[in-house]
Amino acid sequence: MTMATLQFEGAGKTYDGKTALDDVTLDVDEGSVVALVGHNGAGKTTMMKLLLGLIRPNSGQVKVLGIDPAGPDGADAKRSLGFLPETVAFQQAMTGLEVLNFYARLKHADLSRNPELLERVGLADAAKRRVKTYSKGMRQRLGLAQALLGSPKVMLLDEPTSGLDPALRREFYDNLSTLKQDGTTILLSSHALTELESRIDKVAIMSNGKLMASGTLNELRSEAQIPVRIRLHTQDGVASEIANRLGGADISRVNGRIIEFACSQEDKMILVRQVSELGVAIEDMEIELPTLDQLYSHYRSEGGVQ
Amino acid sequence: MNTTLIIAGQEIRDGFRNRWIIALTLVLAGFALSLTLLGSAPGGSVGASPLLVTVVSLSSLTIFLLPLIGLMLSYDAVVGEVERGTMLLLLSYPVARWQVMAGKFLGHMAILAFATIIGYGTAGCVAAFSGEGVDSKAWMAFVTMTGSSIILGSAFLAIGYLISTCVRERATAGGIAIGVWLFFVLIYDMALLGLLVAQGEAIGGGVFHALLLANPADAYRLFNLGGFENVAMLSGTIGMMADVKLPAWALGSVQISWVIVPLVIAGLLFKNKEI
Repeated sequence: MTMATLQFEGAGKTYDGKTALDDVTLDVDEGSVVALVGHNGAGKTTMMKLLLGLIRPNSGQVKVLGIDPAGPDGADAKRSLGFLPETVAFQQAMTGLEVLNFYARLKHADLSRNPELLERVGLADAAKRRVKTYSKGMRQRLGLAQALLGSPKVMLLDEPTSGLDPALRREFYDNLSTLKQDGTTILLSSHALTELESRIDKVAIMSNGKLMASGTLNELRSEAQIPVRIRLHTQDGVASEIANRLGGADISRVNGRIIEFACSQEDKMILVRQVSELGVAIEDMEIELPTLDQLYSHYRSEGGVQ
Repeated sequence: MNTTLIIAGQEIRDGFRNRWIIALTLVLAGFALSLTLLGSAPGGSVGASPLLVTVVSLSSLTIFLLPLIGLMLSYDAVVGEVERGTMLLLLSYPVARWQVMAGKFLGHMAILAFATIIGYGTAGCVAAFSGEGVDSKAWMAFVTMTGSSIILGSAFLAIGYLISTCVRERATAGGIAIGVWLFFVLIYDMALLGLLVAQGEAIGGGVFHALLLANPADAYRLFNLGGFENVAMLSGTIGMMADVKLPAWALGSVQISWVIVPLVIAGLLFKNKEI
């Protein structure tokens, strides 16, 4: 039996009687990229803190590489872990390189590789400047650099793209792809749903401390039964005729050249085959799968959150 | 390198960077030098060793200043880092919580020791070279005074860590730190005096001794002003010391336990604190 790299087993956490996390069971397999999505206070940061052993679950258990991170062997788990907090803060009076050297020493990582690491995140020119003078984006990149120290097997990234401009976000996602290729297991939480879609293996949707759904995007799409939208561009004048021939589709709009309709995930291929049999009458076809945004609002409303 | 020492080293480096160390050293040296130079005028006429006069005046300075410095250095050591978010990051590393606390404490203690040794040392040298009658006994008293000043400062560092671990907000820690300073340095002695005047007969010697030992600042005063015969004579505490027969080792161990006990309690609280 292969053990999941990160495990939540019925984990629950309350703060002063208020439930932050309620009976969450979630496995993150080795080498996968999993996104935690949810509103503020949905329990994402609580899950990160549990994985770091900063807090202990009130019920259930949490394991990192098979080790209880809050237990006596927690340090062993943390040696293979890289963490980027939501708001990353450093000693203001230190230079970027000094900060990185300090954390590298704590992790027994090779100090001589630090300049290279700073270059990788685009901070080579600012290495000798004090962190005080860094912009938010630069601090975030220094945060990523420290998370990468010692080439960790597992990365926990809490809102890694918040406060980054579009160019920096792209840069971040490039870094993410490299890590994924190296086989790093990544758990990240984010609000930027549309950006994530193509970059993750699995998603876990959180709402009010509960895990509403988890799985690959396709699994969630079929489970959620959100209709797929298809738009056909036809030759002039034949649109309404074709619309009549498409059985089983919920047609929402027809004009001279365009037909729009919705169908379930399962019926999608049947309809696509039907459409392809129509030959040259169809000039173009667009298929719109439910986005992560739609899935998120679906599961969120299911959880009774408005 | 050992994790505790890495954290201590970072704290010291931060102290140098923030000019904290320079500022503390200058403040201590400034006060110490002015007391030494002003204090040497009467010393000359009665023929007392200027170094011993310095020991007496610096002891009084220490009782006010070092607890304050200790508390100011440490009150935000834990809560401040938690608030800024640096603690979250630090604890995500393979470090034990006791190592974080011990490392930061050692770093702060080194800063305090550095500032005290340089600051008082300067004053001591000035006093020694400006007059006669400086013998090894006087130096001994001076070195002991400096050492126990560092211990007194460390006791308040430890109390500051305890405050910093207990509270949720930095501002609260600052307020409590000032309260603690006022209590131990100013109010305690007045209250004790008041108690003696009001209930002098009812309080046994044992209770009185215990009350004196219960305050690290009082233990320091008894240790330094009474510990050396010549110093006791100069400071006018010889009469009091005849009454308070507490051996130096008892006073010393009380001072050291004032460092260890609050620090250990802070460490235990920090171990179970949720960040």
